[in-house]
Amino acid sequence: MALLNFERKYRVRGGTLVGGDLFDFWVGPFYVGFFGFTTIFFSLLGTALIFWGAALQGTFNPWTISIAPPDLKYGLGVAPMKEGGLWQIITVCALGAFISWALRQAEIARKLGMGYHIPFAFSFAILAYFTLVVIRPVLMGGWGHAFPYGIFSHLDWVSNVGYQYLHFHYNPAHMIAVSFFFTNVFALALHGGLILSSVNPQKGEDVKTPDHEDTYFRDAIGYSIGTLGIHRLGLFLALSAAFWSAVCIVISGPYWTRGWPEWWNWWLDLPIWN
Amino acid sequence: MNREPYLLPVTIVAVIGFAALAGWFLKVPSDKTQVGYRGIGMEVNTNRKTSAALAALNAVPEPQPPLEAAEMEGPRASEVYKNVKVLGHLSEAQFNRVMAAITEWVSPEQGCAYCHGEDGNFESDAPYAKVISRRMFEMTQYINGDWQKHVGQTGVTCYTCHRGKNVPENIWFDNPERNAGRMVGNANGQNKAGVKLAAFSSLPVDPLSKFAGGKEHPIRVQDQVAITKDFDKTIQDAEWTYSLMMHMSQSLGVNCTACHNTSTFGNWQQSTPQRVSAWHGIRMVGDLNAKFLDPLKDAYPAARLGPTGDAPKANCATCHQGVQKPLYGANMLKDYLASLTPPAK
Repeated sequence: MALLNFERKYRVRGGTLVGGDLFDFWVGPFYVGFFGFTTIFFSLLGTALIFWGAALQGTFNPWTISIAPPDLKYGLGVAPMKEGGLWQIITVCALGAFISWALRQAEIARKLGMGYHIPFAFSFAILAYFTLVVIRPVLMGGWGHAFPYGIFSHLDWVSNVGYQYLHFHYNPAHMIAVSFFFTNVFALALHGGLILSSVNPQKGEDVKTPDHEDTYFRDAIGYSIGTLGIHRLGLFLALSAAFWSAVCIVISGPYWTRGWPEWWNWWLDLPIWN
Repeated sequence: MNREPYLLPVTIVAVIGFAALAGWFLKVPSDKTQVGYRGIGMEVNTNRKTSAALAALNAVPEPQPPLEAAEMEGPRASEVYKNVKVLGHLSEAQFNRVMAAITEWVSPEQGCAYCHGEDGNFESDAPYAKVISRRMFEMTQYINGDWQKHVGQTGVTCYTCHRGKNVPENIWFDNPERNAGRMVGNANGQNKAGVKLAAFSSLPVDPLSKFAGGKEHPIRVQDQVAITKDFDKTIQDAEWTYSLMMHMSQSLGVNCTACHNTSTFGNWQQSTPQRVSAWHGIRMVGDLNAKFLDPLKDAYPAARLGPTGDAPKANCATCHQGVQKPLYGANMLKDYLASLTPPAK
């Protein structure tokens, strides 16, 4: 209990976004809050509906369960439950749970007087999902353009949507997103390696200082971004990866219908050399 | 600290609102067709502006006026005219009717003279174009008779490829770039910019020489079992195949999912029926190039030949010209059955 006694003083009442004191309490180590409640509500309902869909499908093999969106003929309307309606309700549940989670993060940040960096960052993950299942389908006029909820089936969707544009690696926003993902991993590996090399020394060695860390990179590449800067960079890289992923899919279909290789002909057609 | 507490949220809402408005009005109007089970992304999307432009290009000319039954009787063209080798079984009226049609289809500007010369000597085989077009009549009859697995009852006419031009717009030659360069200059026939045959990708520039030049080259590059020593396909093989597939997509104005569920390209059960037509189409083009088109190289003047001296050949785009069914499936053949299908033996 010692740890919990120590933690108790950080348990600040108030700062909720809606509902005043409603759900403003903790269960064990977890803050609940109104949005914790709605997160649980949407998660449980959505998961139960997935199980129902699996029962209708006739499999409980986690690899092959698939909750598919409606046929394109239903457009942006409501589909019968067994022909995509289930997907529509599960999508509402998923968005409800994700957005609730972000708002719960915001409430905790408010309680502690912290910045909203975490909910802001998580919003980019929600944005990417929202783009896939709402923005792009609405722009294209049918829920059937969204992806199915299944481990294998969503991979089929990814593959087929890539091949709809002949070769998705030519999608310029996909190139940018992939570059950000790789750069993100690269930066995290450098950062993790640097911190461990500095503050997790061999037995008998002293823990090193941020000056060691800065000096390491100044020696190596002439520049150190610094202890705060590396986290700004990390956040920027991660958010950019999610953002450009959303861009790369939303432009495929609503703004470009042909093969992505052909898009690059604007470069060949520049009046400088054409 | 925060002197303008509403500035940030108002800015965010304004940016999102502007993006939504701009996004809605900038989107491309397009038609989407679902070709597979819901949710797996098997769709064909076409830009309506592109479709409208293509529809104008694919307008079908009026057929020649139909003949009276009596006009199909009487002496045969081979008896009336000299040196009629392929269309001799027609009546005189039928023969002249298809000659009027082919003039409109192939040489509307030069008229009869394009094949028959300026001197009015219609029986002469001197103009090379006459020798070629005679063989093209045979090819058209052969396609409509022997390749119904690809062309169905719709069939083809001269217009399917020619569209009012002496030489069809979409033909191909052996590409010397395939073997160009040595050491560092050798791109192995790929990585060229702006190659329409490869749908503008960096894939091999000349897939047709491999698959549609009359030589059978295996197209399948996906193994049927995981990790077997008996599988001998290379990445280069895959790139040739992909280049061929890109060419087919580009020629038909479709994408890979028009025929395939890309999770298993080779699986017929998961493919669309169009893949069967396409399978025959690849073989048809190879057959036509080998039987009819390539052997004509000695009949052409040098200006009509390719950089390596080969004859102009056909590929998917020659007939399809950017649409899935040439001329949007219009049946022009029905008005010319007597002349453009194989004569009864």
